[in-house]
Amino acid sequence: MDVRSQISMLFHLDKCIGCHTCSIACKNIWTDREGTEYMWWNNVETKPGTGFPTQWEDQSKYKGGWESDGETLKIKSTGKGRIVPNIFHNPNLPSLDDYYEPWTYKYSDLFNAPEGDDQPTAIPVSKITGQPIDVKAGPNWDDDLGGSKIYAANDPNAKKLSPEQQMQMTAIERLVFFYLPRICNHCLNPTCVAACPSGALYKRGEDGIVLLNQERCRGWRACVSACPYKKTYFNWVTGKSEKCILCFPRLESGQAPACFHSCVGRIRYLGNVLYDADLLTEIAKRPDSELVEAQREMILDPHDPAVIAAARKNGIHEAVIESAQRSPVYKFVKVWKIALPPHVEFRTFPMLFYVPPLLPVMSTKVDGRLDNQTAGLFAEIDQARAPMAYLANLFSAGNEGKLRYALKKQMAVRISRRQATVGDISKETADRALAEADCTREEADEIYRLTALATEDERFVIPPFQREMAIEMVEDPQEWKQSAGFGFRTSPQAKRL
Amino acid sequence: MNDFVLFGVLPYVATVIFLVVTIQRYRQRKFTYSSLSSQFLENRQHFFGSVPFHYGLLVVLAVHFLALVAPDWVLWWNSDPVRLWAGELIVLAFAVLTLVGLVNIALRRAIHPLARRVTSAGDWVVYALLLLQVASGIGIATLHGWGSAWFATSATPWLWSLARMAPDVSYIAPLPWIVKFHFVNAFLLIGFFPFTRLVHVLVMPNQYLWRRTQVVVWNWDRSRIRRVDGA
Repeated sequence: MDVRSQISMLFHLDKCIGCHTCSIACKNIWTDREGTEYMWWNNVETKPGTGFPTQWEDQSKYKGGWESDGETLKIKSTGKGRIVPNIFHNPNLPSLDDYYEPWTYKYSDLFNAPEGDDQPTAIPVSKITGQPIDVKAGPNWDDDLGGSKIYAANDPNAKKLSPEQQMQMTAIERLVFFYLPRICNHCLNPTCVAACPSGALYKRGEDGIVLLNQERCRGWRACVSACPYKKTYFNWVTGKSEKCILCFPRLESGQAPACFHSCVGRIRYLGNVLYDADLLTEIAKRPDSELVEAQREMILDPHDPAVIAAARKNGIHEAVIESAQRSPVYKFVKVWKIALPPHVEFRTFPMLFYVPPLLPVMSTKVDGRLDNQTAGLFAEIDQARAPMAYLANLFSAGNEGKLRYALKKQMAVRISRRQATVGDISKETADRALAEADCTREEADEIYRLTALATEDERFVIPPFQREMAIEMVEDPQEWKQSAGFGFRTSPQAKRL
Repeated sequence: MNDFVLFGVLPYVATVIFLVVTIQRYRQRKFTYSSLSSQFLENRQHFFGSVPFHYGLLVVLAVHFLALVAPDWVLWWNSDPVRLWAGELIVLAFAVLTLVGLVNIALRRAIHPLARRVTSAGDWVVYALLLLQVASGIGIATLHGWGSAWFATSATPWLWSLARMAPDVSYIAPLPWIVKFHFVNAFLLIGFFPFTRLVHVLVMPNQYLWRRTQVVVWNWDRSRIRRVDGA
């Protein structure tokens, strides 16, 4: 057992209001530089929709992630053998057209235009060439356009559905959409790392954050095509790739990443989990339908004495183990099993999990009144506007059982809360719902608490990074005293007296 | 005298600049050690420039290198006219491939607005020098045939005399002007090399082929942490 600690994340989609505050927080801190304007390390997509970059989920187009025949595990784009002939031209590189050409407006025209009969206008100009451009698409162009023939109908998850189900999703009065906020998943088996010819990408051992060493990156762009979530981006000014760093400078000082911190709906949770890295290669070759369970298998119980002993033996600090025991992500994913990884069939094992949304349901009527008492307590799940198969394509590699379990449990929690607070549902009905959803009353109360009432400290359980200890062991903390000041990127030669 | 400056001094100047700046840039400005790709901004034409250019150039350079280190073998190969013809034509074909790729690259950089945006003055110097080099090389191959034969008996001993620090330019004195131009331009390329995008040649990711698939970097020295904890 090779126990490691991994910072993992959880987004509760039922709480996301699609306000994009997270995207803006991230953009203002990290990607407002030239060359990064088009990058959205954090973005919020409307689903069903085509996403960003357009149709990123369609790996027949982008060739991201891994492929396995049960025996071998290969990078879909360019692995070791294929990088040599393809080094001069990356055959699977998305181009700017798949994202969008960044632009601004020529605001000066508003002030400098000569007097005339018409109001002056600020025309859009490209942020790359400075020339006027005809804006055809931009980030989030399909915001809130659930049901649209251009966007929702071209969602790669919907394309796998039967024509009937597809019709259902775009039919008037059955339209549905929800939001899918996305950041780098800091995967357990990251394809970007495996594909980088220069070895610039790496997983940080202590916390599993995937980072990209700018000094080592030579701009071969292999990571951009390899990442199935398209969360590594090519900076066209520096010629290097960049990606979400999970705000590690904030994490190291005990603060949640900016997108987490700014989340208005408080949908985001963060905590570390312990996992067994030894299982990775075997588990990554399992069939698609088993992958959700396989990933849960890899995540270890931090209360198990054997796991704790193995973690200690591996140099994981007591405080980090303790933090894993309080991790909200561990509860949602492994204990309650109501959170699922996005597109686990890409086999990178994303460590960002989603609580799938209980979509607007078609209500049932009995005698002209809303029915909430009859036998089919969970009928609403099957009658949800988005077909179960659609959500299963997104969150459980097509395994509807895992998805139904997560939704049923959430519904049972709702029913039990309704019984407790509104009182129009009998205790027997609530108990039956809980039993059917494999949920106890204590568990339901706990899910309710962590979903609806959790404080910041409960949502973000950040393990101490103890960089001060780590650094003291390899470096003398006094070494640079009085030599390098604030703001130098390369330290000047220290003058020793 | 002129010959001595061009073929006895310039090579050393170029080589020294190459070595000093290459090392200095790697040590102090490692971040800049690559070639700014524009494939992301323009994906289609990129293929028709970059791929033929690189593959053509690799073969042409390999043959030059062969003539330098194994001139006897090259002369033996040429002793059969069929082999001589075949060799000359194949290498010429790759040289033409290089030229076609290079012209495509330069045109694309000049015409496509996004690609032009990321093309620097240094890039244009590189393209100009390379164009002259490849064009003069093809000119030599067509005007003064059997280059593989006379290269081995003139340029190779000259280059080796340079390597022995005893430059003897008499080997190449009788060669036509276009050949001499090819030599001078080659050393100009070497001299400009460390200042330009060409440095990407030196950071070819060869270690990728035998490294472990996943890369994990530890900030902590795990064994020492263990000792401190007493676990």
